[in-house]
Amino acid sequence: MSSTKCSVPFSGTPEQEAKLLEVINSLRDEQGCLMPILQKAQDIYGYLPIEVQTIISNELNIPLEKVYGVVTFYSQFSLNPKGKYNISVCLGTACYVKGSGDIFAKLQEILGIDNGGCTADGKFSLEACRCIGACGLAPVMTVNDEVYGRLTPDEISGILAKYE
Amino acid sequence: MEMINIKINGADVQAPKGSTILEAARLANIDIPTLCFLKDINEIGACRICVVEVKGARSLVASCVYPIFEGMEVYTNTPKVINSRKKTLQLILSNHNRKCLSCVRSGNCELQKLCKDYKIDDDGLYDGSKTVEDNAELDCSAAHMIRDNSKCILCRRCAAICANVQGVGVIGANERGFNTVLTSAFDMGLGETSCVSCGQCIAVCPTGAIYEKDFTDDVIAALSDPEKYVVVQTAPAVRAALGEEFGLPIGTNVQGKMVTALKKIGFDKVFDTDFSADLTIMEEAHEFLDRVQNGGKLPLITSCSPGWIKFCEHYFPDMTENLSSCKSPQQMLGAVIKTYYAEKMGIDPKNIVSVSVMPCTAKKFEVGREDQSAAGVPDVDIALTTRELARLINRYGIEFNDLEDGEFDSPLGESTGAAVIFGATGGVMEAALRTAVETLTGEELASLDFTDVRGMQGIKEASYDVAGLNVKVAVASGLGNARELLNKVQSGEADYHFIEIMACPGGCINGGGQPQVPAKVRNFTDYREKRAKALYDQDAASVVRKSHENESIKKLYEEYFEKPGSEKAHHCLHTTYVKRTIN
Repeated sequence: MSSTKCSVPFSGTPEQEAKLLEVINSLRDEQGCLMPILQKAQDIYGYLPIEVQTIISNELNIPLEKVYGVVTFYSQFSLNPKGKYNISVCLGTACYVKGSGDIFAKLQEILGIDNGGCTADGKFSLEACRCIGACGLAPVMTVNDEVYGRLTPDEISGILAKYE
Repeated sequence: MEMINIKINGADVQAPKGSTILEAARLANIDIPTLCFLKDINEIGACRICVVEVKGARSLVASCVYPIFEGMEVYTNTPKVINSRKKTLQLILSNHNRKCLSCVRSGNCELQKLCKDYKIDDDGLYDGSKTVEDNAELDCSAAHMIRDNSKCILCRRCAAICANVQGVGVIGANERGFNTVLTSAFDMGLGETSCVSCGQCIAVCPTGAIYEKDFTDDVIAALSDPEKYVVVQTAPAVRAALGEEFGLPIGTNVQGKMVTALKKIGFDKVFDTDFSADLTIMEEAHEFLDRVQNGGKLPLITSCSPGWIKFCEHYFPDMTENLSSCKSPQQMLGAVIKTYYAEKMGIDPKNIVSVSVMPCTAKKFEVGREDQSAAGVPDVDIALTTRELARLINRYGIEFNDLEDGEFDSPLGESTGAAVIFGATGGVMEAALRTAVETLTGEELASLDFTDVRGMQGIKEASYDVAGLNVKVAVASGLGNARELLNKVQSGEADYHFIEIMACPGGCINGGGQPQVPAKVRNFTDYREKRAKALYDQDAASVVRKSHENESIKKLYEEYFEKPGSEKAHHCLHTTYVKRTIN
């Protein structure tokens, strides 16, 4: 389950907002405009926090809940920004049977965030992913572009310490 | 109307073109079970309980949304159909909190009934990982209701009525798949959103996932306290629906039995909100004439419906000045009880517990509003719904249907025909017109029936020539309709002098606190018409049918308020509004 509230303070700029309003104005008369607006809003801000969804809700005159329902339905949308270090844990079949569920749980425990979440300092974000093609190394996780394989839960805190 | 010939279970059936299989079957007296389907409101074919076999179709079809065609052959009870429904019920139960014994809906739960009808005794068959456990936390943040998602079956009726009918849309389906949950945006509690407390979601929930906050125990505690003088009032619409809780037909007026039951329960006085409905007319008609004659803010919009008031504050904050400053009848009677009546009887208002029985859940929010304490203590202490009153009557072991008719207590129990129709959409307008027209013309009306403003249409308009003035009025019920009407007023497309708005579609007779009407009845009968008829019949049979001819009201002005709109009346009977944001 993705975390539903954003732990990182919103730091949107007036430029970003102007860009979003421009997008909304160019699409608002089209049927089914909510999806493309949300996609472009995520391009602008990197994620879709309540502040951004509220602008969209007000501008399109549709309930915030409707916007939020769409955002939480599609996995392409994120309620949290990516951290400086984005951690992806493979929960694909091979990794999962090799215990990646425990790796994921350990990360949740240490970082105090759920799937899709970001730590309050903006440093680490966590997400579950499917097969990254390194089944031979299962269970696998990546931190930005670095790959860590044959993991055990005990190694996690040591790996995170490298990024502190 | 073009008719289509089909066969259902081998028998010939004719149904109008455009009907669904569900509707055609109903014409042939075949009841196909449904869970998610609400006619015109939630037609999503999602729950799969209503599946039937259609000859030639690849798979079972959802009868609630499947249109009929000439020569169609439908089978509603084959083993394949029955097994499919059973499996669907088993799957629903596998993720359902099956704590039925104390569930508020036990006995009138639509899921429970189906499980009984389909003999689902192996209810743990698919037990495994459950989202019910994730959903164990109740949302108690709103003043009027509780959401218990462990009982939610994801039918989305609540979300549909909130968004599509009321135009509020503060609840909806979030997340996806197994994690889907009916909540508000960003995990906000309902109390943090711009929910207006109308309770229509409660009225349509098939299970016990949404229910009003129950204050019956508080009433019992007050009744057992010898220091307390416990007074009760009942709203017009309650008498038109309470009987349904005791198995009486929809539209039975049980005013007399209700009064007797309340006396047996032990209330010190049983008063009638109809009295203060008449009082509302006196104040509101005065306010209307004052605004018309002195260039005040028009259109004047009624303020009886607290769900509408909260909606206006959230969604039309620029129009709060159009609202009548009159308190709602509930609050007016509460104020009169704790000022005029308390003084007259020599009772300290602090020792009075003022209870109301309302068809409404927003009344629970209203009793806690600011500027609703004429005597320095809240005008009304406890607002119960019609359903809670039924529970109270049952708990006191009263054989409701066998009761003799009782009379409301004097003087706050006297009322007119104009007051009782407050419970139906258009009723307040009609009652106000009876008084305003006679006041303006100084002549007696030939006919008291303003039929243009009656009926269940969402928006009604009329105009009347009164003493050289063309008075234009409009009536809206259901907040989606209210929004449509107000948008027209704001854009200048329409222009009225006086508007009546009720939050619930059809008015208070269909309030969120009324007995729940199961979908199988709701989808095929206009139960609102039947309840409204009970009130219009009572009006027609009344000797006095104009608020300004209520003798107790006249006396109240003589002894206490002097005249409508007086300073004292303003202090006790009027209130103020706030501007709120949309969340």
